[in-house]
Amino acid sequence: MLALSAAAAADLPEHRITNIFNPLATPAESEKNIALLVFAITGVIFVGVAGLITYTIWRFRQPPNASHTEEPPQVYGSNQIEVAWTVLPILIVFVLIGVSARVIAAVENASPPQAALKVTVIGHQWWWEVLYPDYGIVTANEIHMPATNDHKNATYLQLQSADVIHSFWLPQLSGKTDLIPNRTNFMWIDPHSPGVYVGNCAEYCGTQHANMLLRVVGEDPKSFKQWTIEQQKRAVDDPQAAEGRAVFESLACVNCHNISGLGKASSGSKFGPDLTHLMSRQTLGSGVIKNTPQNLRAWVNDPQVQKPGCLMPSMKLTPEELTKVIDYLETLK
Amino acid sequence: MSSIHSEVDRPQVEEARFSLSTHLYEWVSTVDHKRLGLMYIVTALLFFVIAGLMATIIRLQLAFPNGHVVDPDTFNRLFTMHGTSMVFLVGMPFVAGLSNYLVPLMIGARDMAFPRLNAFGFWIFLFGGFLLYFSYIGGSGLSGAGSAPDVGWFAYAPLTSRAFSRGASTDYWILGILVAGIGSIASAINVIVTTLSMRCKGMTLARMPMFVWVMLIDSWLIIIALPPLSAAQIMLLIDRFLGGNFFNTQSGGSAVLWQHFFWIFGHPEVYILIFPAFAILSEVIPIFSRKPIFGRPAMVGAVAAIGFISLGVWAHHMFAVGMTSWSNTFFTASTMLVGIPTGIKIFNWTATMYGGKLRLATPMLFCCAFLFQFLVAGLTGIMLATGPFDWQLHDSYFVVGHFHFTLVAGLVFGLFAGMYYWFPKVTGRMYNETLGKWHFWLFTIGVELTFVPMHFLGFLGMPRRIYTYAPDRGWDFWNLLASSGLLFQLPAILIFVWNVVYSAVKGKPSGDDPWDAWTLEWATTSPPHEYNFETLPEVRSSRPLWDLKNPNDPDWRFE
Amino acid sequence: MDAALAEKQAEWTLPDRGTMGVIFLIVTETALFTIFVVAYVVYIGKSLTGPYPKDVLDLPILASVCLLSSSVTIVFAENSLKKHRIAMFKLWWLATILLGLEFLVSTGMEWYKLIYHDNLTVSTNLFGTTFYSLVGLHASHVIVGMCFLILVMLVSLFGFPIETQERRVKFLSWYWHFVDAVWVVVFTVVYVIGR
Repeated sequence: MLALSAAAAADLPEHRITNIFNPLATPAESEKNIALLVFAITGVIFVGVAGLITYTIWRFRQPPNASHTEEPPQVYGSNQIEVAWTVLPILIVFVLIGVSARVIAAVENASPPQAALKVTVIGHQWWWEVLYPDYGIVTANEIHMPATNDHKNATYLQLQSADVIHSFWLPQLSGKTDLIPNRTNFMWIDPHSPGVYVGNCAEYCGTQHANMLLRVVGEDPKSFKQWTIEQQKRAVDDPQAAEGRAVFESLACVNCHNISGLGKASSGSKFGPDLTHLMSRQTLGSGVIKNTPQNLRAWVNDPQVQKPGCLMPSMKLTPEELTKVIDYLETLK
Repeated sequence: MSSIHSEVDRPQVEEARFSLSTHLYEWVSTVDHKRLGLMYIVTALLFFVIAGLMATIIRLQLAFPNGHVVDPDTFNRLFTMHGTSMVFLVGMPFVAGLSNYLVPLMIGARDMAFPRLNAFGFWIFLFGGFLLYFSYIGGSGLSGAGSAPDVGWFAYAPLTSRAFSRGASTDYWILGILVAGIGSIASAINVIVTTLSMRCKGMTLARMPMFVWVMLIDSWLIIIALPPLSAAQIMLLIDRFLGGNFFNTQSGGSAVLWQHFFWIFGHPEVYILIFPAFAILSEVIPIFSRKPIFGRPAMVGAVAAIGFISLGVWAHHMFAVGMTSWSNTFFTASTMLVGIPTGIKIFNWTATMYGGKLRLATPMLFCCAFLFQFLVAGLTGIMLATGPFDWQLHDSYFVVGHFHFTLVAGLVFGLFAGMYYWFPKVTGRMYNETLGKWHFWLFTIGVELTFVPMHFLGFLGMPRRIYTYAPDRGWDFWNLLASSGLLFQLPAILIFVWNVVYSAVKGKPSGDDPWDAWTLEWATTSPPHEYNFETLPEVRSSRPLWDLKNPNDPDWRFE
Repeated sequence: MDAALAEKQAEWTLPDRGTMGVIFLIVTETALFTIFVVAYVVYIGKSLTGPYPKDVLDLPILASVCLLSSSVTIVFAENSLKKHRIAMFKLWWLATILLGLEFLVSTGMEWYKLIYHDNLTVSTNLFGTTFYSLVGLHASHVIVGMCFLILVMLVSLFGFPIETQERRVKFLSWYWHFVDAVWVVVFTVVYVIGR
């Protein structure tokens, strides 16, 4: 059962090509629709005006060595034409404003239904803290939610920041909203089908802004429920990994990373990602590398290799200490 | 080629042996608007090359996924310095340089209203630029590219607070720009007062050339829009040095307030930057179409409207910040409205060409390309103005593509048109037309190759300001294409530099009026005397030289 | 042809460049002050900790009266200068300087009290930051004005024919009026609305 949800996630299609014109959730769909309308209007304008400019240049060009003894008729202007090409754009703009107003209202003012899933995302330099307040779940970087075709079951996100401004952007699910310190922003997404959706932090937030990646796992309701049950559990306490656990607790690891259920060693620290269910996640370092034993070992040995400038230092473990710690971490499913 | 003034026999002054120190002293102590204008432009071109080299390194790093050309910190400094330099040390001095050189000549004045203020403005701008670049070696020294700022050209809070920007790099950004900004404001006041108080007899406001009108309104924008930036920077200094709380979110301050203040400056700023291109096009297109500008009053009105409306659109940079739907809708509306007078200008320029006799020399080629490219830039601007669409496009490479289209494919093309057009006036020699055309075609191809793909990268979800990307996101091909544009842009710029330097020394003498033009600067020698005009023609319309050359069909019969 | 002839014969008058220069300097300074005022207004009531305005701010009545009166005395000084009554000019000019000085001393004393007795500094809270910034920006402009006022005083005391500089004295007085107008706004925002 424990391995079930991790395996299930591994089977899901991962959408790596995040084309905004291939929307997989409602907000992205309405944004695509307005985009197509704007394309249509601007496309017509472009063809018309560019055509006019092209024709003008072609028709009235003079060969390079033409002597111009005679100047063409000196036309100063025409009031009717000016009015015409002022009024027409104004009308077009009014249409666009009207349509935009409607979509803005629909996306921004949608109020969360009672039963909707609520997730709090807190941006850190350069990882995402993820909380499910109604479930008491604390995790990081990978956000699970039910896939739904029905707006009622959308996931409502509360966005905050622990340090600088970040931005939450999964192009196929929704346009972005910023995470700003001392401010709470709201958005909602509803992935229509099970799958893994990726995105990036979209507001420059310092050295490793490029590697602050997002991962949303949309699951069918049963799998999602299974996932929440597992996430709510305390850390696995495998007696075979007791040595590794001791190393973990004795070094400075606990100062940044919380692992629930360790008694006094559960620091509750939010400085680094919660590791209680580290092995349930597909990636490490907020999307930088896949979560495999070799990668985990390399990461813990020296995170600065994969993510130079990130705030986790290399703890300079000896190979034996490293092996023990990795063995322990590998038990945290 | 025609010459307006009579040939007068003047006594020649025997020049002493060339003395470098005297020559240098003359330039350093000058208050002559023409010399200062040239100094502004040459300095701007130098910074253009430096910032362009930074862009080259950026594109090399991004040409392939998981690039290792530079490390993340160096990359972040590169894009910060590239953007900051291009806006403040290339764009702004071009505004100042062009106005200072041309406005007095075009209104028949002997110099600017405040020549010493003019000199002050230049030197303080130069000092600001030095201060910004000193950051590379100041502070903690050259290790890892020194202390150059790495907070992006718009330096959002709280990334710029002491907590997240340690060391002096952000301080260099603040002080360098603050100081340079004083120069911009000084220059702008000078331009406004000059146009109001120094016009020659007969040159009513209505008869001023389009160029002067556009730069006048540009200067209005500068004196209103630059102080908000200075204010915000002073507030940031107070935060960083005195423990102030303007943008300190821990004590209740607002990070969004910085954004409001910055963009209240920042949006008018981009219009401040593009206006010289509008001004240049409004002079070059009529001459090379052999027709007056179509709809002069509408053109002036459009520029005034753009200037005015641009003060009310700033929060379209903040659509993702979580403002109310009312705010988002308002700024969507105002931003789209500002596109209307801009479109009108494109229509009027085209109408000027329609029915004319188009001479497709280098200045005109750049103008024609501008028309197409700025049309595209304006339309992608409409896409960005649409709030919900912007929620996807904001902070993506689509925006990077858009603003490079407006500034490179737009502004820089306009500036090249102007530089080629007035080159004979400034140097007295003609540039090489063949080299000019090579420059044009190579640069156009390069610019299209680099900046068109960026729009598609935005559609594919690539955010801006990332130093690298993974290979399976579908971004590889467009990034490589964008970087390949360098292969055309770099030789194009080299050809331009060679053409300018060689022709200034060895070009064919051009005479006073090689283009058969109609505004007052062509009524004096090339280059102009230090005192500008020996005699002024009578000014009874907006095209005094047309009236002189066409006494049977003067403008003042119709204006 | 009549219009052309009339135009030729008409006088070609343009606005004085000094006047225009000072006007646009005032425009740009207004833009600068506006942002600091906006910051102040936005942060009214938002400080997380004290001291708060109503606890520590007293209405600076005397200082304001002095500063605004100095705008009146400077007008008298100018009028005297126009009538070439140099002695009266020096008197009214001195009065202007003293009134301005009183304002600065008053501000200094107020700040002393706030810092040492009320523990309000620029870093204490949002009120402290915005108060010292806005009032300080205004005070720095008063100081700059004072420097020029004193310069005029000194040169005229040392025998320089100040009546030849009527135009420049006028520009300086406009700057001074601007500084006083800003004080009206600052006073209203800080001591009336913000308290």
